[in-house]
Amino acid sequence: MTILSEYLKEQRNEEWRAELRKKLKGKERTNIPRVDMPEVSPEERTKFQNVEVNLGLDKEKAIVEASRCMDCATPTCIDGCPVQINIPEFIKNIEREEFGLAAQTLKKTSALPAVCGRVCPQEKQCEELCFYTTKLGKDPIAIGYLERFAADWERESGEMSVPECAPANGKKIAAIGSGPASLSFAGDMAKLGYDVTVFEALHEIGGVLKYGIPEFRLPNSVVDVELDNLRQMGVKFVNNFIVGRTASFDDLKEEGFEGFFVASGAGLPRFMNIPGENYNGIMSSNEYLTRVNLMGAASDDNDTPVLRGKTVAVIGGGNTAMDSVRTSKRLGAERSIIVYRRSRAEMPARVEEVNHAEEEGIEFMNLANPVEYFADEKGRVNKMRLQHMELGEPDASGRRRPVPIEGSEEDIDVDLVIVAVGVSPNPLIPSCLPELEVSKWGTIEVGDNMQSSIPVLFAGGDIVRGGATVILAMGDGRNAAASMHEYLSGEQKND
Amino acid sequence: MQIQTIISTNSNHMNRIVDKEFLSENVVKIVVEAPLIAKSRKPGNFIILRVSEKGERIPLTIASANEEKGTIDLIAQKVGVSTEKLAKMEIGDSLHDLVGPLGKATEISKIGTILACGGGVGIAPLLPIIEGFKKAGNRIVSVLAARSKDLIILEDEIRKWSDEVIIMTDDGSYGTKGLVTEGAEMVIKREKVDECIAIGPAIMMKFTSLLTKKYNIPTQASLNSIMVDGTGMCGACRVTVGGKTKFTCVDGPEFDAHQIDFDEMMMRLGGYSEEEKKAHQNFINQL
Repeated sequence: MTILSEYLKEQRNEEWRAELRKKLKGKERTNIPRVDMPEVSPEERTKFQNVEVNLGLDKEKAIVEASRCMDCATPTCIDGCPVQINIPEFIKNIEREEFGLAAQTLKKTSALPAVCGRVCPQEKQCEELCFYTTKLGKDPIAIGYLERFAADWERESGEMSVPECAPANGKKIAAIGSGPASLSFAGDMAKLGYDVTVFEALHEIGGVLKYGIPEFRLPNSVVDVELDNLRQMGVKFVNNFIVGRTASFDDLKEEGFEGFFVASGAGLPRFMNIPGENYNGIMSSNEYLTRVNLMGAASDDNDTPVLRGKTVAVIGGGNTAMDSVRTSKRLGAERSIIVYRRSRAEMPARVEEVNHAEEEGIEFMNLANPVEYFADEKGRVNKMRLQHMELGEPDASGRRRPVPIEGSEEDIDVDLVIVAVGVSPNPLIPSCLPELEVSKWGTIEVGDNMQSSIPVLFAGGDIVRGGATVILAMGDGRNAAASMHEYLSGEQKND
Repeated sequence: MQIQTIISTNSNHMNRIVDKEFLSENVVKIVVEAPLIAKSRKPGNFIILRVSEKGERIPLTIASANEEKGTIDLIAQKVGVSTEKLAKMEIGDSLHDLVGPLGKATEISKIGTILACGGGVGIAPLLPIIEGFKKAGNRIVSVLAARSKDLIILEDEIRKWSDEVIIMTDDGSYGTKGLVTEGAEMVIKREKVDECIAIGPAIMMKFTSLLTKKYNIPTQASLNSIMVDGTGMCGACRVTVGGKTKFTCVDGPEFDAHQIDFDEMMMRLGGYSEEEKKAHQNFINQL
């Protein structure tokens, strides 16, 4: 930590930063209001599945927003970032119009800046710890918008910088899964000179960034550019390959792989186990989003179908629930309803997604929970029985526990129900390694350094956490890369 | 070495079709180059393939494999757009995507006498399972059933791993006229059966299961649920077994048949029938 803070100090003391701080008085900076993100209107955007809602900041807006940043001596915002981006450094580069350098700063610690600028819950991370939030009681610097601006500027400039990589050390490493944890890990390992191959079970690289998050929030083209950047750093990608199945871990060891990072995700959707839940027209958010995002089911060109509904109920209050309910609107639903058992204050979704959903005419039935489904003679769901809830004492998560109100049941006509109540770890990879220690929930047990009970095997992301965010997964990837590097280097010394 | 080739070419799109043959009017067998899967597959496993970039992910059981040649045999029945497209592929063409082996392998041990019931295209997934059981030293009595003679597939291959094969057809055009359950009951009444395996249309598995339940014979059925990813991710393939929801792709495809809710399974198989019919009609109109 001291090394980091000294490094940050050194950077902050560079002449250009010191000069820039003098350009405006503190009051002048703090008096500037936070920038608003330009958006496509709700009427327009809900016609398309793949039109991105947020348009991004233009140069002028970005520079003004960047000048709000006080360039604090102790930048607390960085503590809120799971991959410890040097936030003041990149923001001050935007202020002095060195956008390329801003992007390079991001890429020093983040493999996916254009992605994080779009999907991170900044309000609970960097922006929550911003000086403006903690000390001034004002709106924080729009760190997420600025991150996206710098990454987009670089991509659109056509001059993508490739992060510097150490000379190849000839050591082969396998990353299993191609979601954010794995990509972050792969980027860091490539920088350290390792020969990294990313193995993906599906036909597309990108994991949840491709099959889960819809294009109106994260365009595939943005993900593809970040993947290309990793390719240019020497990272190899293999799709349609299940490590442990297509070939065993031992097969890969025989091929010379010395380290493994398992980031196979929390692929198993949870259901509520209530009567009627297996009727047709009731599906997991994973199925719904995979059909639409990965398989392109919304378009007639693609062979994969997806069920459409006039009245769609989405169960849950997280980002995946918001993604699903907004997708249903775009696929032509007359009514799209969120059914969430707590109140809006407890919703785990990003605030921006909830706001966007509201603007798009999504109905919210909060403090309600389905208890049973009914179907027509063909087995297609046509009714849902809801029970109303009230909030009781806080539970282990610190949120107030929803308590059913007796006798409050209500029936609602629906013809499509998307269940978005969370996911469990995917058992596919752990089941191939009986000696691997897993928890009773099926998550892989790791130490602080992300090392599992098998020394050459590290793990991170949702297969360890059981269901978290893109950025926490990326943090795990970085952490695992540092630890694996230390482990493999130490092993070498002992030889 | 094969792994290295896959990594360095940055793709495993070998997946070349090296042989193809129609086993009946609507059932096609393709032999695909897939050396890693040929080596790692076990009886009961399946693969997922896509014919083209815009294609569906189609799950198919691996009917057999040749480890030396590095090929796997896949058998599909033309039932919709995707399987029509698959059946149109020719020798030399490559599948766009192929991944596997998926699903739990069949638990094979020496039990005694196995009654293997296969209906229609379900005879294909039955083949690797009886091969496994035969090699483990079991006596295999196979009952193959179909509507008519030309729909009985893989008879020679099944004979290779069976001690006896009984053929049943609905119209009596081959073997004995009657249903699979009649053939099965004849065997059960005749000799001691230690385990039954039933694979075929859901209705056939349901009635076979009801029959063996009557005689208290442990029975496995292999399900062909609707799937998208096939890796446990989507839950489209969920099925109720013993009152609990299971995923066919990662918990199956084989389950204790006496515990399966076949009525729910049949209902779920029809979940996309309208969409499928419409797509199929469009496809035929385009031809």
